[in-house]
Amino acid sequence: MFENLSEKLQATFSKLARKGRLSESDVDAGLREVRLALLEADVNYRVVKDFIARVRERAIGAEVAKSLTPAQQMVKIVHEELIALLGQPAKLNLSGQAPHVIMLVGLQGSGKTTMAAKLALYLRRDGHKPLLVAADPYRPAAITQLEVLGRQLGIPVHAEDVRTRPEEVAARAVKMAAGGAYSVVILDTAGRLQIDDEMMDELERISRLVHPREVLLVADAMTGQEAVRVAEGFHARLGLTGLILTKIDGDARGGAALSIRSVTGVPIKFLGVGEKTDALEPFHPDRLASRILGMGDVLTLIEKAEALFDEEQARKMEQKLREASFDLEDFRQQLREVRKMGPLQQVLEMIPGFSQVSRQLPADLPEKQLKRIEAIIDSMTPAERRDPQILNGSRKRRIAMGSGTSVQEVNQLLHQFRDMQRLMKQFSSGRGRGLFSLFQ
Amino acid sequence: MFLRRAKSIQESLTKTRRSFFGRLATSLFGRGDLDEAFWDELEESLILADVGVDVTLEVVGNVRRRAEERAMRKASEVEGILRQELVRILSQNQQPYLPGVRDLSVVLVVGVNGSGKTTSIAKLAHYHVARGDRVLLGAADTFRAAAIDQLRIWADRARVDIVAHQPGADPGAVVFDTIQAARARGANVVIVDTAGRLHTKHNLMAELQKIRNVAAKQVHQAPHEVLLVVDATNGQNAIAQARVFGEAVGVTGVVVAKLDSSAKGGVILAIARELGLPIKFVGTGETLDDLAPFDPEAFVAGLFEPVAEEA
Repeated sequence: MFENLSEKLQATFSKLARKGRLSESDVDAGLREVRLALLEADVNYRVVKDFIARVRERAIGAEVAKSLTPAQQMVKIVHEELIALLGQPAKLNLSGQAPHVIMLVGLQGSGKTTMAAKLALYLRRDGHKPLLVAADPYRPAAITQLEVLGRQLGIPVHAEDVRTRPEEVAARAVKMAAGGAYSVVILDTAGRLQIDDEMMDELERISRLVHPREVLLVADAMTGQEAVRVAEGFHARLGLTGLILTKIDGDARGGAALSIRSVTGVPIKFLGVGEKTDALEPFHPDRLASRILGMGDVLTLIEKAEALFDEEQARKMEQKLREASFDLEDFRQQLREVRKMGPLQQVLEMIPGFSQVSRQLPADLPEKQLKRIEAIIDSMTPAERRDPQILNGSRKRRIAMGSGTSVQEVNQLLHQFRDMQRLMKQFSSGRGRGLFSLFQ
Repeated sequence: MFLRRAKSIQESLTKTRRSFFGRLATSLFGRGDLDEAFWDELEESLILADVGVDVTLEVVGNVRRRAEERAMRKASEVEGILRQELVRILSQNQQPYLPGVRDLSVVLVVGVNGSGKTTSIAKLAHYHVARGDRVLLGAADTFRAAAIDQLRIWADRARVDIVAHQPGADPGAVVFDTIQAARARGANVVIVDTAGRLHTKHNLMAELQKIRNVAAKQVHQAPHEVLLVVDATNGQNAIAQARVFGEAVGVTGVVVAKLDSSAKGGVILAIARELGLPIKFVGTGETLDDLAPFDPEAFVAGLFEPVAEEA
């Protein structure tokens, strides 16, 4: 688990007394960490360099707000600049006369075919009549893949023999759609290297024939430094109109988005977040900025939590956390809600500052272990859950038998629970104030 | 079908090597004095090649120390020790592919979505066929639409047999049947294609462990290779991939796919350095011949070949 940037900056600035302004040396010390965070997130070296220069200019001499520490002030500036650079989310441009042609382009394996299906589903839900077009005769079974996806979604797919040239396939599909049956045509083109002239010529020919409204570069969130040259290559030949970042559901920090955005200037339109055909998300610059900085994806977590916890319950829980009157009954409740949000480790990592806490938990809390913990708590009586102090040897034996575990495991859980209570107390007594303020 | 010209491995690799540190070779080592700007530029070149901050700082630090010990004054003198340092990192953990002799070898191929597993498997099958092996492919990616069809087409091209179930079938059952069929048909190499999965999906990683266990129960010490296919265009996330796949299913080697792209694949240095995983093959194109055993010496030597055309 990477230490998040806020923690690193906190450490860097901890030596400095609290001051009203950020001095040049403070800023430079802080920017070293920012630079590393961005490079670790695969933001292109030169993009990082420009970015750091800009932040430096703004940060030196900046007033530190009363409510913030110098580290927080620094993060705030960096975060704001990053958001500005990522730009505002943009909708698909479907103006003008139908059918609107959307062309998906990118390297091999970036996720174009899956994305074509996701976009088609998204547009149909938005009231459009999409037609999917299989314009990739090269990759074995790429056409079949799109046809299968189309069948699953009940969205028509135009495909021809693999010997037909993709520009002809595309042109015929658009002509067909112009008859009025379809309002949007989505072209799934073959993956190609931007340095492959012959293949790039083909894309140009398609583009000239069908006049796409949107030419979207589909890029893998895991892409490294080369994102810059890939994007430049496609942009120079085709004039990109937008970017879609895929596989963002992994743990890649997605620095490629920043690189691509800053060399092409095209807006980010969507994020692909999973293999299911409805796993398409609008892009939120603030979230992506936090993610690139390695500060956790707080907003996503809060949203996930909001969707699952009811508000009343959440308020009560927070109250308990503050008062540290948190018992095993609450813990069980919490555990169930958290498990709905995904694997625990992942959830904890989304919370800035909480990586501290998760480090105190067993290094890798597998789901299986969570189930055992839940079983142990389930086997207690309500009175025991409210007051674990009353657990004596005989009660523990009963619980162990009831949950199919051992007395040692029961003891271990109680021990961990006590540690957790202690941590909560520390948090509520000031050291973790920042954490709670995030949830308000 | 094959609209694109088949490239020889030699040709592809040469191109890769040229673009790898092309700029480095000319502008960096040809610059004359060994000044501060030289070290900065070396650092920049390594990071731009996706080597990552940690390994870059280590490499630059080591090379710089040695250069100073030997009182080097010219940039051109450093090239040799830089090359040595990179080769050292890459060859530290090198191990042969499928060492030893056995009746039936099982090779499991894993990786994140879109890394190039299926294409790499086709090339690997071709590689074995060329060595006189009898290969059987197992289509255990029963999840992704048309993944089975894709592997079937490749199997035809590589002239090897394939065992496949219906889409959505249990991948463990596919592996079981593939190994049974291999025994019945006298095949000596089984290569299993698995569904792409992001390493952060715990349940899918557990499924992979199950596939592994199915193989282990049927063949002594199987799988004999677990190859992780890493996309050369990936950045630092490839380290996380290698780490998590390694912990889950015991990766024995890495295949670097798409090294014919403009990307440098430098993250393999970090994978070798931080995780001690051997790099076993490199993929350099879209035809069956575009796969070569990884050779650290040749690879690094290629990095410093002079480059003519690239700006």
